[in-house]
Amino acid sequence: MSSLRILVGVKRVVDSAVKVRVNSAQTGVETTNVKHSMNPFDEIAVEEALRLREKHGKDKIKEIIALSCGPTKSQETLRTALALGADRAIHVKSDDVLEPLTVAKLFSKIVNNEKPDLVILGKQAIDDDSNQTGQMLAGLLNWPQATFASKVDINDNSLEVVREVDGGLETVSSSLPAIVTTDLRLNEPRYASLPNIMKAKKKPLQTVSPADLGVEVRNRLQTLKVTEPPKRQGGKIVASVDELLEKLRESKAL
Amino acid sequence: MFCTLLANATRQQTRLLSVSKQRGFSCRAGLCNSLQSLNTLSEDEEMMRDVVSRFAREVVQPKVAEMDEKEIMDPQVIRGLFDAGLMGVETPVDFGGAEASFLSAILVIEELAKVDPSVSAMCDVHNTLVNTVFRSYGSDTLKSKYLPQLSSEKVGSFCLSEAVSGSDAFALQTRAVRDGDYYVINGSKMWITNSGEADIFLVFATVDPSKGYKGITCFVVEKDMGVVIAKKEKKLGIRASSTCQLSFDDVRVPAENVLGEVGKGYKIAIEILNEGRVGIAAQMVGLAQGAFDSAMPYLFERKQFGTRIGDFQAMQHQYAQIAVEIEAARLLTYNAARMKEEGKSFIKNAAMAKLYASQVAQRASSKAVEWMGGVGFTRDLPVEKFYRDCMIGAIYEGTSNIQLQTIAKLLTKEYQG
Repeated sequence: MSSLRILVGVKRVVDSAVKVRVNSAQTGVETTNVKHSMNPFDEIAVEEALRLREKHGKDKIKEIIALSCGPTKSQETLRTALALGADRAIHVKSDDVLEPLTVAKLFSKIVNNEKPDLVILGKQAIDDDSNQTGQMLAGLLNWPQATFASKVDINDNSLEVVREVDGGLETVSSSLPAIVTTDLRLNEPRYASLPNIMKAKKKPLQTVSPADLGVEVRNRLQTLKVTEPPKRQGGKIVASVDELLEKLRESKAL
Repeated sequence: MFCTLLANATRQQTRLLSVSKQRGFSCRAGLCNSLQSLNTLSEDEEMMRDVVSRFAREVVQPKVAEMDEKEIMDPQVIRGLFDAGLMGVETPVDFGGAEASFLSAILVIEELAKVDPSVSAMCDVHNTLVNTVFRSYGSDTLKSKYLPQLSSEKVGSFCLSEAVSGSDAFALQTRAVRDGDYYVINGSKMWITNSGEADIFLVFATVDPSKGYKGITCFVVEKDMGVVIAKKEKKLGIRASSTCQLSFDDVRVPAENVLGEVGKGYKIAIEILNEGRVGIAAQMVGLAQGAFDSAMPYLFERKQFGTRIGDFQAMQHQYAQIAVEIEAARLLTYNAARMKEEGKSFIKNAAMAKLYASQVAQRASSKAVEWMGGVGFTRDLPVEKFYRDCMIGAIYEGTSNIQLQTIAKLLTKEYQG
């Protein structure tokens, strides 16, 4: 059994506990002075890489590399991945808005350089909910993909993944290298211990630009307008089923 | 990322970041040369705060009410504190710790107190008193023997107070008599935090009562050497944190377990309590914030006379006032911690932070109960617990009167001719 290397994608997003507000220009949500964290699906991706290593040993899973594309602050997210147990980090620095195709291209270049055997990504980021990067990356690399994973294992040099699909679970296997995207129930991520947070400061973090990788950041989508959902109208408590039906008919819901 | 010592010439424009070899002071937000707000944390401090906050919510929170009711610290919570690395915050990596800054320890204590001041008390005493005594005064042998245990599995306890010596700590009567390679300890200790769970005790005893405070010596005593818990106190607050009477009946302690020098225990106690006080200040800031955060959302849910109670001006002025006081207490606390890191004298600042933070904790938790009215008075919600827990802040590690005394003494020195 040869040793494997795992690349994990981690995106810095607005923290899931933050109540997001649309910015005054209506181009997106307000991000200044707002707490940011690692995308929760990416936390699951990091955790899965760590668990694979714990299960198969450090000889089998030789290296776990964390990768993030975004502004300088993305390094905080990479440090978190390092504190959780990744060995080193790569930051593709860009202050531009990065669409999934651009991110997939950047990832494909890093994959070409680093030659990982397995790439684990969150199925989507909770900010734009695109759910595209993993699939596009598989397309660009012409690698097999197993999306929405709820169970992942490596046997010899093949991959077995249980996927959450409509109506049940689907078990697929593929050769390596491959792409996996994580679903919510794959695992429950750990949190970093204090000593590991301190050790993470000494782990290597390399920064490159999209230009270094030969990728042009060119966006194909234009956001026209972002608005908040309509405010919920006050509800009313009804006394009986009959009254409920009457109200529903009145409001033409029935 | 460590700052180098900046030249004195730039002192007026820059925050002086002195560095000692043992504990580096990391630059906050990567900026070493500019003045920064006290709330600006380094990346690792920020990450630690987030981790502890999550630990407090996920591991501690579900057990708070039960631990208070049963007056027991859940062993899983203690295990969790060790596993998350919260019991060796400043302890060097070589001894199994995180080797983080003093402010990191302060942030840990504050975050825990927001959820449970009892758990915070355990972590505080263990880190700011016990670990610090070992780090600052312990021989290499004692450090390498005990610090790894204190980082990974054994709770520490600091045993100074006795029935007749509280604020007047150096009137203590516990005796240690030399017998060959051993000291034999006899006496009793009162109100000892963590003593119910602890395996490692720092015990202050006098080797010669005729020498007064200069006879006081600090011993490392393991529970197995014969420490007996005479009585567990039933308390008003921080009920999950054990506070016991201990008795020492011919407890034989190897002479190499004298921590620091014979007769220098008083110095250790005085100096360590300065750091301890910043820890208690942090606990009280966390407590105040926890009470405030519990009460505030209710003010915007509860309606009376058709208006959310948080929209009444009488209420607005009250919560604005409390928010200011919590912020002020936090700044006093962080500033004292940063001064300690910078190697400056921080005795007065520590006393001020502890005094004020414990007062603010009383006001904030009292108001939180009042604002929530009948609901706040019940045990279904955590605010009444914060109100009970806050009182200890004015008592342990120097009462409020002792803090005022310390501040006044230093002011006298500054102003008298």
